[in-house]
Amino acid sequence: MSEDVTAADQPEVPAEGGIVAEVARMSPAELAAHEAEVAEAVAPDREIEVAVGDTLLAMQDVTLQFGGLVALDSVNFEIRRGEILGLIGPNGAGKTTCFNVMTGVYRPTSGQVVLEDRPLGKRKRHEITQLGIARTFQNIRLFGEMTTLENVVVGADARHKTSVLGALARVPRHHREEREAVERGMALLEFVGIADRAADKAKNLPYGYQRRLEIARALATEPKLLCLDEPAAGFNPAEKEELMGLIRKIRGDGYTVLLIEHDMRLVMGVTDRIVVLEFGKKIAEGVPAEIRDNPAVIAAYLGVPDDGAA
Amino acid sequence: MNAHHTASPPAKVSGMQTMRDKWNSLSRVQQWAVLIPLVVLIYLLPVLNPPLLTTEPNYNFPIAMFDVARYALIAIGLNVVVGQAGLLDLGYVGFFAVGAYVAALFTSPDSMLHKLPYLAVLPLAVVVTMFFGVILGAPTLRLRGDYLAIVTLGFGEMVRLLADQVPALRGNSGFQTVGHPPGTRADGTALFNQTDGKPWYWLAVTLVIGVLLLVGNLERSRVGRAWVAIREDEAVAEIMGVPTFKYKIWAFVIGAAIGGLSGALYAGQIGFVNNQKFDVTTSVLFLAAVVLGGSGNKVGVMLGAFVIAYLPLRFSGIAEYKYLIFGLALIVLMLFRPQGLLGARQRLLAKGREAYQRLLGRPEQISSDSSLVAEPGKEAGA
Amino acid sequence: MNHVVTFLADGSDWINFDVGALRDQFWNDTIEGLSQGSIYALVALGYTLVYGVLRLINFAHSEVFIFGVFGAYFTFFGLGFRPGPTPELGAGELILYLALALIVAMLVSGATAVVVERVAYRPLRRRGAPPLVFLITAIGASFVLQQILFIWRGGNQERAIRLMRPQEVFTIFGASVTNLQIIIVLASIVLMLIANTFINRTRLGRGVRAVAQDPDTATLMGVNKERVIMLTFLIGGLLAGAAALFYLMKAPTGASYQGGFLLGIKAFTAAVLGGIGNLRGALLGGLILGIVENYGQSVFGGGWRDIVAFVLLVVVLMFRPTGILGESLGKARV
Repeated sequence: MSEDVTAADQPEVPAEGGIVAEVARMSPAELAAHEAEVAEAVAPDREIEVAVGDTLLAMQDVTLQFGGLVALDSVNFEIRRGEILGLIGPNGAGKTTCFNVMTGVYRPTSGQVVLEDRPLGKRKRHEITQLGIARTFQNIRLFGEMTTLENVVVGADARHKTSVLGALARVPRHHREEREAVERGMALLEFVGIADRAADKAKNLPYGYQRRLEIARALATEPKLLCLDEPAAGFNPAEKEELMGLIRKIRGDGYTVLLIEHDMRLVMGVTDRIVVLEFGKKIAEGVPAEIRDNPAVIAAYLGVPDDGAA
Repeated sequence: MNAHHTASPPAKVSGMQTMRDKWNSLSRVQQWAVLIPLVVLIYLLPVLNPPLLTTEPNYNFPIAMFDVARYALIAIGLNVVVGQAGLLDLGYVGFFAVGAYVAALFTSPDSMLHKLPYLAVLPLAVVVTMFFGVILGAPTLRLRGDYLAIVTLGFGEMVRLLADQVPALRGNSGFQTVGHPPGTRADGTALFNQTDGKPWYWLAVTLVIGVLLLVGNLERSRVGRAWVAIREDEAVAEIMGVPTFKYKIWAFVIGAAIGGLSGALYAGQIGFVNNQKFDVTTSVLFLAAVVLGGSGNKVGVMLGAFVIAYLPLRFSGIAEYKYLIFGLALIVLMLFRPQGLLGARQRLLAKGREAYQRLLGRPEQISSDSSLVAEPGKEAGA
Repeated sequence: MNHVVTFLADGSDWINFDVGALRDQFWNDTIEGLSQGSIYALVALGYTLVYGVLRLINFAHSEVFIFGVFGAYFTFFGLGFRPGPTPELGAGELILYLALALIVAMLVSGATAVVVERVAYRPLRRRGAPPLVFLITAIGASFVLQQILFIWRGGNQERAIRLMRPQEVFTIFGASVTNLQIIIVLASIVLMLIANTFINRTRLGRGVRAVAQDPDTATLMGVNKERVIMLTFLIGGLLAGAAALFYLMKAPTGASYQGGFLLGIKAFTAAVLGGIGNLRGALLGGLILGIVENYGQSVFGGGWRDIVAFVLLVVVLMFRPTGILGESLGKARV
């Protein structure tokens, strides 16, 4: 699928009018001011005084079994507010399964996931989103028939309160929310750098744009925790570099990020801490430098039997 | 994977496309300047009785136009369910029947129930069918979509069977002289009668316009976005915070309500309701109307309704074979043009027009594919 | 013991029910329900197999069935039987004619199923169409087949051709068991056992199960997916054809262009009741449905059996959507 999508026409030169064209013409100073404006819109109600470093989400003894298969085996780790945590491990180690448990796709067989001291328990998936966990997908899953902007606004709808009858009667709240959602959606698209294709159908976007749109859509739900599932898959080195910049920028805006990634250079380069899974078990946790030198991790990746690994 | 399924071919500039783009580049005022005369023309149609368009002498033209308007109303309602939310409702005739029976039970002298004025029965029919929508939707909408198809199919048939079996619904003998809106002509006869289709047509067109506006409001709101998101990828919609079950129920219930409204309208015009008029084949005709014109697109489904309702009346030679023809059309269309004749995408933002203009200096692209077009990586088996 | 529910004080009846009738008819209902239910089960297998492999409700399966009914009817016709009194036939002759009709009906239904798959569904699979498109095509195909019969034979039912009259063979608890009921139940069970053995014991059957589990992996493992799908439709069609003959023997006026519709919905109900995708479930679901709707008929009156069946479908979906025995064949996918 990627070939076709990338082959789709490249972003056109911005037309005469519009913000996108304007930004292209801005001076550095104007640009900085504009970016501050965008950042404000992207992360509107951030509580700046929140202590960075206390626990945001904790996996407590999470075990997940499918029949006889143990996908996660009493996994324990926590994600601290304001950090970028990497979740790595060989194929089939249970990384995406971890995501699926956090976002309510699977219920743990035992153990629990706790977000800000509240166990997720039996909450529905959309309720978990409203509590503040958002994710992207390894195999891109956008709403293909919607425009780029509409995709983002669907994410923003997670915070909206207009009822069906309110929408039917176009009550003032509906108008306000629509306006705000569009504003914020546009800001988010600028933030991730795809505003020039806001009006195109998501399925017609180039591959790299689709990956960024996934991030923008997840951010639109105003998450406390943003989970990125292999966001760099299929990227070339230059694009990966840009993505690292974007992830840092997202954290800089006050979001906490959980990152699944295969590319070690990217993971080592951008994360604060790393958790390593193998066969559904946590085998290591630490700052990137520690992980790099951890014999168990090396064994897991290289497949060398090591007594210390288990 | 599936590299051979191209995501979408570069948009071909067809005549339809350029017309649509032109229309979109007009301002609201300009659009109204075109729309208002068009609406006036539509209201005047049965009076003008244009030579090529007329169905006479085979079929009374105003009544034919009423049928078209009634089908348009049905298609708009079913489109909410099938076109927007992507739920296959094959029992739409059941809701239509419930609406018709509500009208009959509360207005016909054959019924023992308390009599109500016809115009009060219209909202009552809407409420009752919504109730049926909840009853039917709540157990099935939690399940995979195909269960809904078969349960609704069964429901359509069950309403007919109940009409047969429940003594109070009078089976084949039915209800005579169903009520109609008030008003008398100069000669003292009722304004709304069975022989003159014009007042009924005007009533139907008015209802169509009202329903169009309301459904449009929903479409360009979080509700419409939720529906399309569910249609596109229900699991992802749920993860993005859309309470999918709730919005599916709403789509189903709103569709049911419009079906009930059109049923009550039909009962009034025809003046007689019995169990012979609501077979499931009619349900498939309704579906054909939605799919033929372009599901998801309100103009498209009205075009579809026109084709389904008008052509067999205009060309009476094909009337006998209409079911066969429309059934074949469904198969062929799904194969070659699943988005229908007019497959425009719907707008989902209340403030979208201004936003795109401000952001890009141009309106959004409205290309002609839609919900039913194959997407890479999505197969029936998946 | 006759009860009447009247509400809204309008003096007209809404629902009558009579529990005493069920007590009197209990064993008759049960036995008749078993024979009716085995017909449902045979048709249900077609839904279940196709659903298991393609995750598609093959709406056209009801027309596959009714084509078989017409196949059997015109076999009788071709053998020189005409509507009217039941002829006196020797046992050998009778078996020969019925076997012949069985083969024709099975072939007609099997061929119809395969044609539908080739003409309607396969091109869509090639294009990777979304599920909604498959469903709409399925309903379109069902419609077209029905209309072909309508245009050919008109809207009236064919007049009855009977080869044998039901005769009481023995009684259980005072309820008589007829030769017809015994033939239908036994023949259905034999056919289902054959189908079950085929799916579970043969190489081709393994292919069917493999595709039901995981089409992509099965293809990688060298299973010819297209052939498996065709085979699935064929088996479903053949069983529906057998059901068609039994149906015609039970209700000789059953050959009508619309006759497949209700039976199709009921067979699907049976499949869901037992657990769609589950072969044994189809049998169990069919039998239960047959019995329950007979009870319903006794309690509420003749016309209510179809309504009871439908209400059962909704109730099952409400409380146990995976059916009594659970979904199987492949496991349910999200």
